Amino acid sequence: MRSLKLLPFLIFLGAGSALAQSPTFGLGRTPNDEEIRAWDISISPTGEELPPGRGTAAEGRRLYLQKRCARCHGVDATEGRAPRLVKRERGPDADPWSLGRILPIRSPYATAVWDYINRGMPLGEEGTLTADEVYAITAYLLSINGVIPEDAVMDAQSLPMVEMPNRDNWAPLPDWKPGMPRLAGYPY
Amino acid sequence: MGSKQPDRRAFLKRGAALAGGLSLGAVEPAIGQTPASGQSVEGQSQEAQDYSSDELIAYGQRSHHVTSVREPVNGRPSPDEFGLVFHVGTPLGDQMGAITPSALHYVGTTRGSFVPDIDPAEHRLMIHGLVDRELIFTMDELKRFPSVTRLHFIECAGNRTSSRHRTIVDSHGMTSCAEWTGVLLRTLLEEAGVQDEGTWIVAEGVEEVKGASSLPMAKAMDDILVAYAMNGEPIRPQQGFPLRIVVPGFEGILSVKWLRRIKVVDRFYMTYNDYGHLRQDSDDAALSYQIGPKSVITFPSGGQELTGTGFYEVRGLAWSGGGVVSRVEVSTDGGESWMDADIRGTPQRMAHTAFSFNWTWDGSEAVLMSRCTDEIGQVQPSREQVAEFWGRSGVKGQDNSIQPWRIERDGSVHNAIT
Repeated sequence: MRSLKLLPFLIFLGAGSALAQSPTFGLGRTPNDEEIRAWDISISPTGEELPPGRGTAAEGRRLYLQKRCARCHGVDATEGRAPRLVKRERGPDADPWSLGRILPIRSPYATAVWDYINRGMPLGEEGTLTADEVYAITAYLLSINGVIPEDAVMDAQSLPMVEMPNRDNWAPLPDWKPGMPRLAGYPY
Repeated sequence: MGSKQPDRRAFLKRGAALAGGLSLGAVEPAIGQTPASGQSVEGQSQEAQDYSSDELIAYGQRSHHVTSVREPVNGRPSPDEFGLVFHVGTPLGDQMGAITPSALHYVGTTRGSFVPDIDPAEHRLMIHGLVDRELIFTMDELKRFPSVTRLHFIECAGNRTSSRHRTIVDSHGMTSCAEWTGVLLRTLLEEAGVQDEGTWIVAEGVEEVKGASSLPMAKAMDDILVAYAMNGEPIRPQQGFPLRIVVPGFEGILSVKWLRRIKVVDRFYMTYNDYGHLRQDSDDAALSYQIGPKSVITFPSGGQELTGTGFYEVRGLAWSGGGVVSRVEVSTDGGESWMDADIRGTPQRMAHTAFSFNWTWDGSEAVLMSRCTDEIGQVQPSREQVAEFWGRSGVKGQDNSIQPWRIERDGSVHNAIT
C-alpha cells in the first residue's frame, strides 16, 4: 500500500530532468530539413555553414560589373551613390580601424563579407547570386583591399582562414548578466 | 517568404520627388506650443474636415490641425534615392506622456531597407540550431502562448546629440516608447529546449536584406519579447509587422523587426549588424551595448518658443537600460543647482518615464537641463563629466549626456551645447 502511494513520486523523481526538457505547450510543428536549409543563411565565423563553391578575384571583377554592383558602388568601388568598398590609403603601418567603415577591410572575419553579399546584395535582387558568384565577388573585394592575393581561390575551406587585419583587433561585448551596470566602475 | 516587395518604380518616383521638390525644411513639423493654424504639412487640407464620415467612424484619425510629423535624421533622406528607409526621428518635442503614438515611433533599419508588406497568414517564425526540437510557428500559434504586455523604449545607438543639432528630433528623436505585447522569447526557447552549448542566438528578419543580430543567451532568457502587438493593435509595418523582438534596454538595432528566424548558436556570429556596431576599445563596446541612464527636456526644447513670461510646466522623458528610473532632477540655471522633478505615473523597467517641473520664467536668459538616476545607481552625466572621466573630449559609447537648452530673452529656445 505504502509503496503504491510512493510510486508516482518516484516516477516523478526519475523523470525529473526529462520533464524539464519536454515542451510545455505543444504548439508549433517541426520544420523539415529542406525548410531549415532554405532559411538558414547564417554564416558563422568558423564558416561551418558555407556551401560548396569557389571563386577568384578575376571572376569577381567580371561579376562586379555584370551584376551592376558598379552602378551604385562605382566602377572602382571607390565612388558611387552606395558606400565605398575600398580602404582609404593611410600608409603601410596604419591602424586597420583608420581605413574606413568598409566591410571587406574592417570585418574581423571574411565570412561576414560572404554572408552580407549573399543576404543583402545586389540591391533589389537580394538572394539571387549563386554560391560561386558570392565566393568570386568576396574574393574580388578582399583582393582590392589587399587582404588576399589576386589569384587566391575562395571556397568553404579558404574563406574562414583568411587573416583579416582586424582578426584580433576588436573588442568583444561584455559578458552581460541581468541587473549589471553598463561598465563596472563607471558611474554613468 | 511571405514578404512582398513594394513597387520599386513607385519608390523611385517618390525618391525623385523628394530629392527634387521637398527639402527637409519643407516637411518640418510645427514645433512648440503655438497653435498650428497657418502651418500645415504639404497635402493636408486646411478646410474643415468631417470626422463623422463612415470611414473615419470606422477608423479614426487625428485632427488636421495637429501636424507633428517624423523627420529623417542626420541629413540622410528616408526614403532615399533607392527608396530605402533608414533613420527617421520621432517629434519628441510634441509628445505628451511616456508613450509614443505608433504612427510617430522612430524608424531604423539595417543599412536602409524597404519596408516589407507581409501577409500574417503566411508568416512563420522558425527556431532552430542548438535546440532539442526545431520548431516553426504560425502567428496564430504564437498568439496562443501565455503573453506579456510591457512598456519599453527602443533607442538607436546613433541617437547622439551635438552642437550642430537644432531641434530635439535631431538630438534625441531616435528613441520612442510603446506598450508591447507578445511572448517572452524564453518561453519559446524552453519549448524548443536549448542545448548546453547554446550561448548566443541570431535573430533575423524577413525583409530584403534579412537584417540579423547576435544576442547573448542570458538576455534571451531574461526579458526579450517576441512581440506581435504595439499600443493595443498589431505592430505597424514600419515597426516590424507582424512580428519583431524587443530587447529591453539594449541598442535598438538588436530589436530585430519582421522576425522570421531565431538560430541558437555557440558564439557571437558577427552578422552585418554586429560588425556595424563593433568597437576597437572594450570600454567603448560595453558603453555602446546597454543603454545608459538618459533624460531630456522635451518642452521647452530647441526650436520651440516661450510666448511670454510666467508659469510653465517643464516636461521631459527619462529612461535607462539599467532598469527603472528612480529619480529625475531639473536645473534652470545651467547646472548650478538641481531640484527634483515630479515623476509622472509609475516608472517601468526600460521604459520612457515622463517627468514634469513647475517653473516660472522671469524673462531672463536661462539654461534648462535634466538628469536622471536609475535603480542600479547609474547617474546621467554631463558632457564635461564624461570628458573628465576619460581624460579626453567627446562621449564614449552610446551618448547619454545631459542636454542643455538655452532660453533667450525673446523666448526662443536653442541647443546650448557648444
